[in-house]
Amino acid sequence: MTEFSIPPLSANGRQEPVIALAGNPNVGKSTVFNALTGLHQHTGNWAGKTVSNAAGQCTYRGRRYTLTDIPGAYSLDAQSDDERAARDFLCFGGPDAAVIVCDASVLERNLTLALQILELTGRAVLCVNLMDEAEKKGIRVDLEALSRELGVPAVGASARSGKGLDSLMAEVEKVLEAPAAPHPVRMLPAVEEALSGLVPALEGRLSGKLPARWLALRILAEETELLERAKAFLGFPLLEDPAVSRAVWKARHYLEEQGLFGRKLRDALKAGYVLRAEEICWKAVKAPPAPMERDRRLDRIFTGKRTAGPVMLLLLAAVFWITMAGANLPSRMLSELLLGLEEPMRAGLSALGAPGWLTGLAVDGMYHILAWVVSVMLPPMAIFFPLFTLLEDFGYLPRVAFNLDRWFQKARACGRQCLTMMMGFGCNAVGVSGARIIDSPRERLLAVLTNVFVPCNGRFPTLLVLITIFFAGSGGWGSALAALMLAGVVLLGVLLTFGVSRLLSATILKGVPSAFTLELPPYRRPQVGKVIVRSLLDRTLFVLGRAAAVAAPAGLVIWGMANITVGGESLLAACAGFLDPFARVFGLDGVLLMAFILGFPANEIVLPIALMAYTSSGVLTDIGGAAQLGAVLAANGWTWVTALCAILFSLCHWPCSTTLLTVYKETKSLKWTALAFLIPTCTGFALCFAAAQIGGLFL
Amino acid sequence: MNERIQPLNRMGPGQSARVVRLEVAGELRRRLLDLGLIEGTRVRCLHRAPCGDPAAYDIRGAVIALRDRDSAGILAAPLPR
Repeated sequence: MTEFSIPPLSANGRQEPVIALAGNPNVGKSTVFNALTGLHQHTGNWAGKTVSNAAGQCTYRGRRYTLTDIPGAYSLDAQSDDERAARDFLCFGGPDAAVIVCDASVLERNLTLALQILELTGRAVLCVNLMDEAEKKGIRVDLEALSRELGVPAVGASARSGKGLDSLMAEVEKVLEAPAAPHPVRMLPAVEEALSGLVPALEGRLSGKLPARWLALRILAEETELLERAKAFLGFPLLEDPAVSRAVWKARHYLEEQGLFGRKLRDALKAGYVLRAEEICWKAVKAPPAPMERDRRLDRIFTGKRTAGPVMLLLLAAVFWITMAGANLPSRMLSELLLGLEEPMRAGLSALGAPGWLTGLAVDGMYHILAWVVSVMLPPMAIFFPLFTLLEDFGYLPRVAFNLDRWFQKARACGRQCLTMMMGFGCNAVGVSGARIIDSPRERLLAVLTNVFVPCNGRFPTLLVLITIFFAGSGGWGSALAALMLAGVVLLGVLLTFGVSRLLSATILKGVPSAFTLELPPYRRPQVGKVIVRSLLDRTLFVLGRAAAVAAPAGLVIWGMANITVGGESLLAACAGFLDPFARVFGLDGVLLMAFILGFPANEIVLPIALMAYTSSGVLTDIGGAAQLGAVLAANGWTWVTALCAILFSLCHWPCSTTLLTVYKETKSLKWTALAFLIPTCTGFALCFAAAQIGGLFL
Repeated sequence: MNERIQPLNRMGPGQSARVVRLEVAGELRRRLLDLGLIEGTRVRCLHRAPCGDPAAYDIRGAVIALRDRDSAGILAAPLPR
């Protein structure tokens, strides 16, 4: 995700108009953004997908525009960090116009935000998105009436199929020339009376930098945090101006006489937007009595008392099974192809007169480990990510959060933590930064510190290989069994998350769960083709690229360690030998622990490092078959207990460097970063110790 | 005052009610108002999570899940089915 940056100057020296894409969460802002800019912001059917601003360019009729996709917000009275980012951009970021994206099915709720934005600027276009879905539900939106009521153009669109976007840009073009005067929402007569004195007083001091009526309302509502931001933006303490403070006092005094003050006044102001939105929808929207009947029927399956649990487990196991079964063959083919290239590479290098050590470094070190990572990771990811994205697009993820919320309550955590955990499946670093959707700082820290208990995509291959070799077997029912076992490992990770969260809530992160609301979005038909292409190109290649970028240099280091000898043994063997007695206590061995340590930059390379050390030739042998792998491991003294401990340690150990860096970025604290390292590591050692001691009895 | 007024968390699936009073403070109050849940709003309990808590409500056409401890502060008058 790119942070918002100042747009470049165009050829004529004038800045390209900056258009903000605003709206409630999960109304398809990112889809509109992607369709217009050709960029690929990740989209998903759940609230809070976009956590920071992203900017992109679009050209319409020869003119270039900068579009900014801002996080979804329910109101401009921001509460969470992502909402604050949205509000700050709209209020102080100086966009030239705003496109307010709405979901046609939930228009009334969406309009309360639209009305607030229109108080800021009249240069706005309402984009009523997801018109196709609404029509299917029998919802009719009268765009003309909508436009008449709001005072700005309203355009119907179905951004997923690209419909309506042309007319949207046409209206944007027009609206940029339109007067910027905001469209006020009529408040209670008493409030209007109070404003009539306050607004002119503000106008005199604001000199057009901020809309006076909007700011007056924020002052009356005592939105302290926003007023601080406004003070910083204006560069002077507006409220300390004698004329302004007198006008504020007068307005307040008048309202108090009318019985409007404190909470009552704030409620009345908010109700002003809600009631106006209701009135507009009364005129512009026709809906059947139960438009969401299909969704309710689906909810009975996905969140039903008897069905929710089994469906959840089945879906999880099915995703794993399809991933494993489907990845098997391509993995083998890729590894044969990539490793087959080694001979010609060696030959080529020696033909060029390269010395032996250089060939070893480049081919046996860097290329070899890169080939392993690509052939082991690419096929499962290329299957897993699209499958997961399909569930995401469909709207299933928030239902999982809904189903599991009781457990999060017991752990005194926020139910949205569940969503961050599901992001962690892909990449823990993404899960950690996704924790911004949690409002309470305490609960956000819980989510950040425990995210690593969800095995990320870099760890799946390791888990998979070990489960297949030592527990499930590969033939017949083996793959289904392996899928179930993998689901079991994930379940263990989830249980650990609950346990550790609860423990933290009772100790260093004391507190009770704060209130939160979770929106269950309408189910949407996933766009299968698009999902496959997009998640392949964006997510798979991104994660793979990151892994590969780490794998090549890591291969270099490992090759060096395996080939530099100190006193007759390689550096790798020496280090492993040093760690061995310690590692044995936890059911691992020195080589494996060393591999986990060297795998700090990326979890994907843990197993290849271990194998390289075991085969001690300094070069990895054939990595094709599971049987061969098993033979290597068994020859090095592995039992099923070793495998179990390796699985447990893979599930719980320190986060990878990227994740740890993200934790630091998000918490800005060395203490919490250290804890993010220590908590899973200690848990892992404890689990492995228990498993080794108990398992040892059965050997 | 209507004697049948009860907190939202007592409502069973399928039951509709009209919000009479919000007895919640702070962030939740702001959030509920932002979602359009003001006094007089009609709310319908749609279904409950498998463990009984939270419950999903239809608020102005959107489906919002609220934990019982939070919805206990929303007082509403049940409407005939």
